[in-house]
Amino acid sequence: MMRVFLHGVGVVGPGLENWAACREVVSGRAPWGEAALRVPVPAMLPLTERRRCNAASRLALAAAEDAIGAGDWPAVGLATVFASADGDGAVTHALCQSFAAREPEVSPTQFHNSVHNAPAGYWGIATRSARPSTSLAADQDSFAAGLFEAALQATLEPGPVLLVAFDLPLPHPLALMRPRRHGLAVALLLGREPRGGALAALALRLEPEAMASPLPPALEALGDNPTARALPLLALLARGEQGEVRLGAVGARQLVARCEQ
Amino acid sequence: MRPLFVSGLCIASALGAGLEESFAALRNGTSGLRPNDFEPFPHPTWIGRVDGLESAPVTGALARFDCRNNRLAQLALAQDGFEQAVARARERHGAARIAVLLGTTTSGILETELAYRRSAETERLLAARDYAATHGMFSLAEFVRARLGLEGPAATVSNACASSAKVFAQAARLIEAGICDAAVVGGVDSLCLTTLYGFRSLELLSAEPCRPCDERRDGLSIGEAGGFALLEKAPGAKAAAALLGYGESSDGYHMSSPHPGGAGALLAMSDALARAGVRPGEVDYVNLHGTGTPANDRAEDAAVHALFGAATPASSTKGWTGHTLGAAGIVEAAISVLCLERGFLPGTLNTGRPDPALRSRVVLESEQRPLSRVLSNSFGFGGNNCSLLFGRAG
Repeated sequence: MMRVFLHGVGVVGPGLENWAACREVVSGRAPWGEAALRVPVPAMLPLTERRRCNAASRLALAAAEDAIGAGDWPAVGLATVFASADGDGAVTHALCQSFAAREPEVSPTQFHNSVHNAPAGYWGIATRSARPSTSLAADQDSFAAGLFEAALQATLEPGPVLLVAFDLPLPHPLALMRPRRHGLAVALLLGREPRGGALAALALRLEPEAMASPLPPALEALGDNPTARALPLLALLARGEQGEVRLGAVGARQLVARCEQ
Repeated sequence: MRPLFVSGLCIASALGAGLEESFAALRNGTSGLRPNDFEPFPHPTWIGRVDGLESAPVTGALARFDCRNNRLAQLALAQDGFEQAVARARERHGAARIAVLLGTTTSGILETELAYRRSAETERLLAARDYAATHGMFSLAEFVRARLGLEGPAATVSNACASSAKVFAQAARLIEAGICDAAVVGGVDSLCLTTLYGFRSLELLSAEPCRPCDERRDGLSIGEAGGFALLEKAPGAKAAAALLGYGESSDGYHMSSPHPGGAGALLAMSDALARAGVRPGEVDYVNLHGTGTPANDRAEDAAVHALFGAATPASSTKGWTGHTLGAAGIVEAAISVLCLERGFLPGTLNTGRPDPALRSRVVLESEQRPLSRVLSNSFGFGGNNCSLLFGRAG
């Protein structure tokens, strides 16, 4: 249905400092140790924006930086798709808490950080890119929805597309509605051409199957994060294997990726 | 791009429920704005509120989706024969060949906000909420997909106030790729505390009804609305209008202010025209984003003037509806289609004297005149822009 080339991978998760570290874990070559999420400060952001930037945007941009690396793909030329089920729960919580006060006060920074596309805004400021950016959500299937849209854009629109999927745990009491143990972000750089030796080719199609592929056993603890649906694909990449993975629902069907490398 | 036919359309906003009530308000110059009577809010402001949502819950098999935002979706879906049009398209194409792509910025957050306000009960109230069906961003697309019985690709797009314009671009790509034959696009945003207090904190909220492009404009009025369009590559029945082009861009400038020169806006408009193979002189009317904030109207004017000069009539319809945020794209797409179909060029309600610093041709008074092509602009926080070009079909 669609065929795109993968030119970069970025990962930031607990005990998964970057794609290089994650590759060892998802391939089974190294053990995963449960650890607190440490998100590097995105070097791409101007200093003032680093202070204003919310946690979800920092996470998303850190994974984006890992995916584009030092590489051949100037960030200014990338269209972006940001996929997240829940955006930034900490900002939602802070805003909602302020409404409980007798005289609510909301900070302007908190308000602009509350929009689901806040990472797109910071990305734009950091890169000065005029390329289009789409922020979307599909609950537990947000990664699949994001990959599907990013691949469509890479196929039909000019230029490469950077997909960034991310979600964080929500603070109490929002966590009563939506419990989540760990944060995780995965970024994939996609293009229509195999330019400069792609990491892999991905053939994507929709199939009437219900179940997404199981997670790599070592990382099952990340399973309540929608972005973890990317991990079976990352495991194939890490092992240098061909194969098919089911990445989550797009509408009533399952997004199946055949990975050739 | 190949034109996509608008073969179904529905709307609910402060102007009323359905296209006829909406058009009557446009034609009669009746604003939907009123002094805020929504929630206790210590600052004077006007809102575009939809009446009756409090007593129109989502019930039955889909009751778990009940929240103000999905009530507004339900109200809009029931208008203008839209559900029947979708049912016919489903018979023609099959449920799996019709996508559901919808925009919102705050989804069902209102009930979460109100739970926080009742601090003694917050935990109990939140624990009882169905997060995915109400508060979560995907709630809207999932509710509409279930309600319409569609099985094609589905997502909620949340690019601030460009959300329900960008879904037209996504739908066009899906249909171009041959993955779908049709798509339900649109969006819903409903009144909540986050946007009232948030826009106030940025000093972007007017104490009076918004006056886009006026020399004394001092901010926006928040509105709520829901609307949907059925887009098809080949319509079963005669369609009044078609999407001819779309353009998307980013400012890369600031989180909550537009690029002062309107660079991103210009790029989005130019791209929409280029995809359609239409020259600026062939556009008969520009429906501005026109929020009524000093910065937006100035930046947008710079972009419109750069592309169209002072020749092409332009106006903002937010004096009627308020700024419906994530629903602004579909509200103004619906208005654009109505204007094409009925030969009506709306003026800019509430605006007395246009800002002399603005150089494009801002129209104050509505007039009857045939229109062939209308461009609609939607720009959002985060610097995400989208322009849609509509034309009369056939």
